[in-house]
Amino acid sequence: MPDAAIELVGVNKWFDTFHVLKDINLTVNSGEKVVICGPSGSGKSTVVRCINQLEKHQKGTIRVDGVELTNDAKSAATIRSEVGMVFQQFNLFPHLTVLENLTLGPIKARGLSRKEAEEKARHYLERVHIPDQADKKPVQLSGGQQQRVAIARSLCMEPRVLLFDEPTSALDPEMISEVLDVMVALANEGMTMVVVTHEMGFARKVADKMIFMDAGEIVEEGKPEHFFTNPQSERCRKFLSQILQH
Amino acid sequence: MKKILLISSLLLLAGCSSSQTWGWYVINPTTASGWINVKFLISGMWATIQISLIAAVLSIVVGLMVALPGLSEKRGWRLVNRVYVEFVRAIPLLPMLFWVFYGLPIVFQSMGMSVPIDPFWGAIITLAISDSAFTAEIYRAGIQSIARGQREAAQTIGLNYVQTMRYVILPQAIRRILPPLANQFIYIVKMSAFASVIGMQELTRRANELVVTEYRPLEIYTLLIFEYLILVLIISAGVRWLERRMGADERG
Repeated sequence: MPDAAIELVGVNKWFDTFHVLKDINLTVNSGEKVVICGPSGSGKSTVVRCINQLEKHQKGTIRVDGVELTNDAKSAATIRSEVGMVFQQFNLFPHLTVLENLTLGPIKARGLSRKEAEEKARHYLERVHIPDQADKKPVQLSGGQQQRVAIARSLCMEPRVLLFDEPTSALDPEMISEVLDVMVALANEGMTMVVVTHEMGFARKVADKMIFMDAGEIVEEGKPEHFFTNPQSERCRKFLSQILQH
Repeated sequence: MKKILLISSLLLLAGCSSSQTWGWYVINPTTASGWINVKFLISGMWATIQISLIAAVLSIVVGLMVALPGLSEKRGWRLVNRVYVEFVRAIPLLPMLFWVFYGLPIVFQSMGMSVPIDPFWGAIITLAISDSAFTAEIYRAGIQSIARGQREAAQTIGLNYVQTMRYVILPQAIRRILPPLANQFIYIVKMSAFASVIGMQELTRRANELVVTEYRPLEIYTLLIFEYLILVLIISAGVRWLERRMGADERG
């Protein structure tokens, strides 16, 4: 097995009786960028949420960095220190300043000193192009800035893998590109990324692998050059024609 | 309805003008004997404040400890919370007070322990337990009102359960929890009057004792009501100040 950062084998999940994930098999190698797309309700967010154990899967195995995820709290904690997550709704902590948002994890979970954590935080704020907003509260920032802070917050934990759950879907159109620019830069630096998104321009630019999901299944999987020009399944072709026609 | 109001207010006015029904002299602070009575009544204030404050603090701590299992994903923990809340909430205060004051020492005795319960602690324990079922529900509602994404975000940056509560959830929930918690404190202050029946020398007990010697229930209980009113108004003002401070911080 090459250097697999994430490995899903036969993963199944039910919400009560609703079968959300059906036999998902997926390997993400270290440094690879995987983009998952599909209609809403197809289970693409759930896949990502299972990888960092925000949701529990009921069947199959998920390995992160070779460590299998069992449903106990200890394995979840180990995984979360390796896997960062960026949410659609940013989920910044509104009662803390930007800097405090970034230093909370490193100080409390990693045991860094305040000084070390703040240095790191300022470094990553620079990387997401907002070094001068450190002392503001999240509400004082635009949506695009908030999402970039959220990315910086994940980076401060120095994860091996970064998951994105529709990171631009809650943003005004003019703010999407500033977030995507940061993500492209991260991708170029070799970060392992799993991105759920409908931004096909971004996908074309960075993806090593495209995945199309529908009704809880991976319907199509392939290199972007084949995926966009010559999709094999009817469902995938239809989906792409709908989102690419504009 | 209007007629009833009119008649009753007329009756009240008539009562005021006639010294046969009103005897304000018993609590007239400008006369020597009246002042002694007023001082006697007010001397219960400190006990009422002490009982209420200690009971409120205990209730806030116990309430949180009861609320947290109620937010667990595990059914067993949630059941513990439900049983406590439903059971405690169902017991009227006065029977619980009797049970704690007269019954609990016997329980301790049967276990070979000698734990005397005086009126002071009997009242505090009863008020705290009785109120904790309500504070637990307030916490639960407040914590649940914080978006789930906050908890998830905290988890993804490696915080454990206690850290997530301490640094992320509770600081946000407290702004929503505080106003209803203040309401509960006012409730405790008022319910502390029940401590009078087990002999605690607080506001209501003092009033009862004076009524027995002076035979002036109307005037003395009127003053008693105003004593509680003033106490509650002071608490309300304090809470509003606190809320304003926290609100200003939130807009930051």
